[in-house]
Amino acid sequence: MKISALLIGVSMLAGPALAQDVPAVTLTPPAQAPAGAQPAQAAAPAQAGPGQTPPPLEVDVTGGISAPMPIAIPAMPTPAVTSTPAGSTDALGRQLSDIIANDLRGSGLFTPIPPAQLRTVMFPEVTAPAYDYWGGTGAQALVQGYIRANSDGSLTVGCYLYDVTARAELVRQGFVVPPSQWRRAAHKCADAIYARLTGEGPYFDSRVVYVSETGPKGNRVKRLAIMDQDGANHRFLTAGSSIVLTPRFAPNQQSIVYMSYVGKNPAIYVYDIGTGKQRLVVQNAATTFAPRFSPDGRWILFSRAEGGNTDIYRVSSAGGGTPQKLTNSPGIDTGGSYSPDGSRIVFESDRSGGQQIYVMNADGSNQQRISFGGGRYATPVWSPRGDLIAFTKLSGAFRIGVMGPNGSGEKLLTDGNQDEGPSWSPNGRVITFFRTGRGSGGKADLWSVDLTGVNARRIPTPLDGSDPAWGPLQP
Amino acid sequence: MARLTTTILLVGALAASTACSKKRPAVLPPAAGEAPPPAYQDPNGGLNGGAGAVTPGSSADFKRSVTSDTVLFGLDQYDIDSEARAVLDTQVQWLTRYPNVRVTIEGHADERGTREYNLALGDRRANAAKNYLAARGISSARISVISYGKERPVALGSDEASYAQNRRAVTVVVN
Repeated sequence: MKISALLIGVSMLAGPALAQDVPAVTLTPPAQAPAGAQPAQAAAPAQAGPGQTPPPLEVDVTGGISAPMPIAIPAMPTPAVTSTPAGSTDALGRQLSDIIANDLRGSGLFTPIPPAQLRTVMFPEVTAPAYDYWGGTGAQALVQGYIRANSDGSLTVGCYLYDVTARAELVRQGFVVPPSQWRRAAHKCADAIYARLTGEGPYFDSRVVYVSETGPKGNRVKRLAIMDQDGANHRFLTAGSSIVLTPRFAPNQQSIVYMSYVGKNPAIYVYDIGTGKQRLVVQNAATTFAPRFSPDGRWILFSRAEGGNTDIYRVSSAGGGTPQKLTNSPGIDTGGSYSPDGSRIVFESDRSGGQQIYVMNADGSNQQRISFGGGRYATPVWSPRGDLIAFTKLSGAFRIGVMGPNGSGEKLLTDGNQDEGPSWSPNGRVITFFRTGRGSGGKADLWSVDLTGVNARRIPTPLDGSDPAWGPLQP
Repeated sequence: MARLTTTILLVGALAASTACSKKRPAVLPPAAGEAPPPAYQDPNGGLNGGAGAVTPGSSADFKRSVTSDTVLFGLDQYDIDSEARAVLDTQVQWLTRYPNVRVTIEGHADERGTREYNLALGDRRANAAKNYLAARGISSARISVISYGKERPVALGSDEASYAQNRRAVTVVVN
């Protein structure tokens, strides 16, 4: 048995060369697949039980978390225990399944089977699931996989999803990663499972940039920080000597635009993640803030306060060039955010007397108010799916809500005292925001909530956190 | 022309203040129990020998000479009311006496606004104070403004008394 697995392991070395990103590879099964199994990634429904075909396994994403799907995610075996820079492959196999379970649990749509009910999966069993056993645990879906160290130093992670009731393979994918990015293989696997079972787009293999906070409320030390969506691989980007606010990813994720008080000159900067260098975006300007990239990365939208009046501008992200003024109402126009196709901009303005949400064309034309409910509306952000706009509603408390791009269907998702600053997950189904407590000890933390509004979760950070911005899915 | 503009803005601010019926608390000194103001940096390196000796034209001299370095605003307001005018008039007197001194006016907001809006609101408040000083004859070239939004509250509570202290414009002597 062991030799067989090893032999197959050798045959599987012929994967694509490792690259910076994480390509999905076509897997050779680690053991002889049952006769009739599909070689491709497509579902293999042929093995449905005798008599009738069970209904397809799927998760209802509109009904909330009333019945999250039970899913079994046993530790991933390794064909040969190997020491790697990321750790031993057998330890990695356990951690991979933990990461996948944590991702799926965090979506609110799945309930991973408790570890005590998980059995050890031997390597050949990865493609030949013990359906009878897993059926007895109550699991409707089963995630199995393996991890193997390759001779070139990379790791291959196999990822399989099975419908326990129909006894069918639903997903078969493999990921080749450098050891430094081993966690991404787990997120990619979780994404494949999530997408297959929910019909929604993936979002787990993504990062969040935010402002890490510490110190007394009257003199907070604020630092840019970046981390994986689940809080792992946390890294501080700035030292905290100046106030920093409102970081947002460039679409290519290689830079971050944000606001800094460095030199007591509050202005927007672009931070290059690779080099750590930063540059001032607009020279010789009064206070600039509220920056955001256009979806194609060519523009940076920002607000500029001058003489007590604030308007929205755009400027080429390449540097240089004269900013183009998009609004000119007397009052505060700020918080601009592009539609995913880049053709329109949603923003907030107090031109009517209080903050309300407006939409305009990307050149500033055709400005129209879309929010008309009681209270004030702020920080609008267009969903990456284009169908919704998230906002902060101020009416006593601050709450996070969503509405259609024409202002219809307003729905509040949170009920904290001070929830502010929504940012969308890459698939447009989850929103991250920050929640501030009351009083002198009141600190801010990062949270997420999904569109059902019932799955609010705190995102763990080493210190306090605010101004989260969810980046795109990693390539 | 610049003077004309600021005068017009001032008239607008005064009109807004009369229209505003909201009763706001008196201009407050820093409340007891709050964080003390930053320690005075003596430009002479302490050679003047203690708090009693203050260099004319210095930041300490300014704070000692004016009614307050701070004017307060109503919720989401930026008009200069009669109490704020009285405070700013004492700042005008001092700035007239030291025509080479430059100041920065820091605009602040309470925590009941969103972050970016509050940056713009702090800018409004700082400029309202700046425009008043300019209308009273202080060269606007001597006055810079900076908005801190809700990033630097002086009162840390989440109550109206704290909010009232945080909605402010603070005149700071640039040494």
